Amino acid sequence: MISATTTAQPEKSTSRNTRNTKGGLAADHGAWFLVLPALIPILLLSVGPLLYGIALAFTDSQAGRTEPTQWIGTLNFQDLLHDTLFWDSFRIGLLWAVGVTVPQFLLALGLALLLDQRLRLRWLARALAIVPWAMPEVVVGIMWRLVYNPDAGILNETIRDLGLGVGRDWLTGLATALPAVIIVGIWAGMPQTTVALLAGLQNTPHELHEAAALDGAGAWRRFCTVTWPALRPVALAITALNFIWNFNSFALVYVLTGGGPGGRTRLPMLFAYEEAFRYGQFGYAAAMGCVMVAVISVMLAFYLVGRLKGSEDA
Amino acid sequence: MTAQRIGRAGRAGQYAALLAYLVFLAFPFLWLISTAFKPPRELGSLHPTWIPEDPTLANFRQAFDEQPLLRAAGNSLVAALAAALVAVVIATPMAYVMARNRGRLTTAATGWVVVSQAFPFVLVIIPLFLILKNFHLINTLSGLIMVYVVWSLPFALWMLVGYVRAVPRELEEAAAVDGAGRLRTLVSVTAPLLAPGIVATALFAFITAWNEFFFALVLLKTPEKQTLPVVLTHFLGAEGVADLGPLAAAAFLATIPSLVIFAIIQKRITGGMLAGAVKS
Repeated sequence: MISATTTAQPEKSTSRNTRNTKGGLAADHGAWFLVLPALIPILLLSVGPLLYGIALAFTDSQAGRTEPTQWIGTLNFQDLLHDTLFWDSFRIGLLWAVGVTVPQFLLALGLALLLDQRLRLRWLARALAIVPWAMPEVVVGIMWRLVYNPDAGILNETIRDLGLGVGRDWLTGLATALPAVIIVGIWAGMPQTTVALLAGLQNTPHELHEAAALDGAGAWRRFCTVTWPALRPVALAITALNFIWNFNSFALVYVLTGGGPGGRTRLPMLFAYEEAFRYGQFGYAAAMGCVMVAVISVMLAFYLVGRLKGSEDA
Repeated sequence: MTAQRIGRAGRAGQYAALLAYLVFLAFPFLWLISTAFKPPRELGSLHPTWIPEDPTLANFRQAFDEQPLLRAAGNSLVAALAAALVAVVIATPMAYVMARNRGRLTTAATGWVVVSQAFPFVLVIIPLFLILKNFHLINTLSGLIMVYVVWSLPFALWMLVGYVRAVPRELEEAAAVDGAGRLRTLVSVTAPLLAPGIVATALFAFITAWNEFFFALVLLKTPEKQTLPVVLTHFLGAEGVADLGPLAAAAFLATIPSLVIFAIIQKRITGGMLAGAVKS
């Protein structure tokens, strides 16, 4: 999850490292015996399908077809290049992923900093902060549909109470649908981000903090010089992961808008799902998946480069 | 950090901010509960209230009448239980090797755990659909369970590796010195220490499967086989016209198991994420 970034207990792990190089289970056939029960399903149902999926992208595979599937080279990708609907969807996917990930990070950082303080009711806040994590995504979608409901929803009722107008139908408005689902996305992903950042905060050196405070550094200065450098690896890791998860998200928007109105919230996953399982274009949908993976890989590469630079600075 | 340095105004500001967060995080759920207990007259009203004026259980009854919720919950329970059990049974030995051994296998497995987070499911679901179809496992819970097992493995391995690392190697070595064999050491020394972590991991895998939607949507075709999240979407009907009361009631019920389990394992999950994150 947070990847190997936090550096608690470094002394322990180094002492173990030296011992681990002495072989132990390494040359042991028993290790294979322990690993196989998990390895076989992973190969058959994860690694295998992934490679199969990439191969499908170069075929004309379709659902319920009688004549045999054929290799068609890069034809799917050439078609995809001119498929403006797909690129619209891709643009919406990027907007959604950035629009969710960035505010989510800032909000979660604020919450994590608060939860790290010795405030009363902190336990309640910590418990509540992770509730969205436990909920089925479908329920989160349903819940927010009730909030956004034009008549019986609490949002429009609050707007009417405050005398700010009569409200609107948020999820079917061309202009409001995407922002409305982005807010739900932010809400739904707050817990993981907050927990990861809180974990990172609890690894920051408290002595440094106190020393900086004694030297008269203000809260903002202490954050910049002590907290942020220690938190940075965790922050990079969790934002990168959030970006990926958000770009690949499906259930929330499927329940909230189904991709509407007029495709304004049709994320790439929804687009590919419809292509594959409504229109049966397996090969073409697999090609979309490949393009999505390629983009994500580029993002991961940027993230890794960023991390390497970060550790050089430190 | 240092409480005495923060002025009274600063403290008040912090509490105000915390309150704002709590409102933001809690209000949708409170609204769901409120809607679930409202009679149709209040749901149709243009001035909905937070507290139902005339609370009723009719929505729950209607929800069970409209959709096969019990059967769906049964399907979800079977799928989630089986997936959680199988996942920890096969993940624990592998996690043990990954934690104790630094061979190429461990590197590859760790790589898979990380990379699997970045898969767009659409690239995997089409081949999975075709493979399962070949084995006549489409529209069966067994097929879905297999998929759930594999997709709960990355997080399970991540957590379990952390828990294994927390068991001091010295204990195992001491047992070996005392003449216990490898298997005996694993069973009577390591396993009991791992037990709480294994239970927490199984419960987390259970929640993941209980909540899962995408695979279930694609792989289960007939209503008799569908799991709770898929059946919940049937309440939404065509063009988003929904019967709000039963919808809210069913959604509320579907969330309870996850919330209860999450409350139990909350500390271990956050702790486990930390443990797994400790630099190897």
